[in-house]
Amino acid sequence: MKKSSTVKKKSDLGSPGDFWELRLYIAGPSPNSVAAIANLKKICEDQLQGRYRIQVIDLLEKPQLARGDQIIAIPTLVRRLPPPVKKIIGNLSKAERALVGLDIQPAR
Amino acid sequence: MNQSKRKIAPRSLPKVPTGIDGLDEVTGGGLPRSRTTLVCGGAGCGKTLFGMEFLVGGSLQYHEPGVCIALDEGADKLADNFRSLGFDLRALVKRKKLLVDHVSVERSEIEETGEYDLDGLFIRLAHAVRSIKAKRVLLDGIDSLFAGLRNEAVLRAELRRLFRWLDDENLTAVVTAERGNGTLTRHGLEEYIADCVILLDHRVTGQISTRRLRLVKYRGTSHGTDEYPYMIDNDGISVLPITSLALTHKATNARISAGIPALDEMLGGKGFFRGSSVLVSGTAGTGKSSIATAFASAACARGESCLYVAFEESPGQIIRNMHSVGIDLEQWVQNRSLQFYAVRPTSTGLEEHLASLQKLIKRLAPSVVVVDPITSVVSVSGIYGVKSMLTRLVDFLKVQRITSMFTNLTFGKGTEERTEEGVSSLMDTWIVLQTAPKNGLHVRGIHVVKSRGMPHSREFRELIVGDNGVDLGEVLTHRRAAASDNRRAAAVQR
Repeated sequence: MKKSSTVKKKSDLGSPGDFWELRLYIAGPSPNSVAAIANLKKICEDQLQGRYRIQVIDLLEKPQLARGDQIIAIPTLVRRLPPPVKKIIGNLSKAERALVGLDIQPAR
Repeated sequence: MNQSKRKIAPRSLPKVPTGIDGLDEVTGGGLPRSRTTLVCGGAGCGKTLFGMEFLVGGSLQYHEPGVCIALDEGADKLADNFRSLGFDLRALVKRKKLLVDHVSVERSEIEETGEYDLDGLFIRLAHAVRSIKAKRVLLDGIDSLFAGLRNEAVLRAELRRLFRWLDDENLTAVVTAERGNGTLTRHGLEEYIADCVILLDHRVTGQISTRRLRLVKYRGTSHGTDEYPYMIDNDGISVLPITSLALTHKATNARISAGIPALDEMLGGKGFFRGSSVLVSGTAGTGKSSIATAFASAACARGESCLYVAFEESPGQIIRNMHSVGIDLEQWVQNRSLQFYAVRPTSTGLEEHLASLQKLIKRLAPSVVVVDPITSVVSVSGIYGVKSMLTRLVDFLKVQRITSMFTNLTFGKGTEERTEEGVSSLMDTWIVLQTAPKNGLHVRGIHVVKSRGMPHSREFRELIVGDNGVDLGEVLTHRRAAASDNRRAAAVQR
C-alpha cells in the first residue's frame, strides 16, 4: 500500500494530467482566513503550477455549505481531487505539514 | 443592570419547562431560560434521551423549536433510536420544529497545520438556529470534540466562546458530557457551564438497577439536593420527586362500600371514605385477598373501575381462587372494568414500580386500586424504601381521589409490629385479620383497628369465606369491652 502510493506520487508529480481540486472554507476577513488564502496560493504556485483549482467558500455568506463537508474548524482546506478526500484545518502557516497533509511531495 | 433589577424585585430565574415528566417539579419549573445546562453521566444513563426530550417537549408542547448538534450519532440513527420511544423526529424535522445536524469529527481524517478556531461549528449552529427560529439547543456528546481535535487550548477557549454565544443569543441549551473519573465530566466542562448542572447516575444495588438524578448546581434558584429516582421506559424519562406531594388533598365525605355489607356496617354503616387508604393485614390464610377482591368486585359491580396490582399471583390464579369462594372476577375482566397489573416485585427497582403504577393509574383512572400484597415489596427493598414508596403512592392516589386497599402479610409477632408500624400510620383504615379458636376449630376473625374520621365497631367478628363470597359472622370475643361500650369507643375515635 505504502509502496504503491510512493510510486504513484512520483508519477503524480510528473504527470500533468493529475488535477488538484481544492476547496478552502473561511469565515469572512478573519486573520486566519486571510492567512490561509495567501498560504494556500503560495503552496499551489510553488508545487502545482497550472494543475490546481482553488474554490474559496466564505461560510459567513453561505453557511449552509458547512454541513456537506463536515466543517467545524475555520479555516479548513478540503482536497476534493485527487481522491481520497482529505481535510486540513488551520491557516496553513506550516507549509511542510500542509504538503504532507495534501500528499504533495515537494518539487525540490 | 441585571444586578440592580434583581435588587428591586428578588425572584428566581425565569425557567423553561422541559416536558420531561417530573423534572419540572423537581427543578421548580424547568431549566434556566437563556442559559446552558450541563447534563453529565456515564454511558447508558440517558443523556441523549434527556436532551432530545427537552427539544421534542419544547417543540411540541411549548412552541419552541430546537436544534440538535449531534456529535455522537448520525441524524438517521438518532431518529431510529427515538422512534422506539414514540418520538417521530423525522416528522418534526419536516415541520421545521426540529433540526438535527450531525457533526462528525474524525481525528484520523484531519490534519492540523497552523492556527484555527471553531467558527465552522458556530456558523453551522447559528445557521441552524436561524433557519427554524430555534429557542432551544442541544449539544450532544461534546466530548467528541476533545477526541477529534488535538489543540485542547483552542478547543477550551472556543467552548467558552460558544457558551457565551448561546447566552447572548438567548438560547436555552443543554450540553451532554461523559462523566469523568472522580469528576463530574471527563473534560472539566463544569468549569464553563456554571448555571445548572444535572448528574444522571445509573447504579445497580442488589442486582436491581436504579437510576438517580441529582441537581448538582442550579444557580439563582433554590433546589433540592436529593437524588431523585428516574426511569426510562416506552414514554421516555420520568423523574420521581422523592418528597411526597404536599398534604393539600381535599377530604371528601363521600363513602365507598367495602364490598361486604357486614363490614360496611362495622365502618359506621357506610364503608370507607372515598379516596382513603385501607390496610388489610393478617397472617397467611386469613383471607386478605378475599377481602381485597370482594372490595374490587363490588366496585366493578357498581360500574366503577378497579386496578388490581398483584405482586404475588398471576391474574389467572387470582381469578380461579376467587371463583372458588363465589367471587366472579372474570366478568369484570371481560367488560374491562377490572384491570390487572401483575408483576414480580423483584423485576425492577421500587421506583420503577412506583413510576409504572403512577403512569398506569393516570391512564386508566380507576376509582379503586388494590395492591396485593405490599409485603413482597418489603422483602425486596426494606421497610424504609417501602414506606417512602407507599407514602408517595398513597398521596398520589388521594390527590386523584382514588380509594386504595393494600394487603399485608404478617408473620410472627415481631415482624408484624415492625412492618405495620411503618406502614399503618399512612393508612386511614386498618383492618386486621387473625385466626381465633371457636368450638375447637380455628376460624378467621376480622377486627377494625382504626378508621379515621368515622365511628367504627371494635368488635372482633368471624370472617366467613364461603361458596357465596365473603361475609361476617358472629362476634368472637369481646376484645376490649362489652358491646355496650362500643359506642363510647367510637366516640373517642371520632
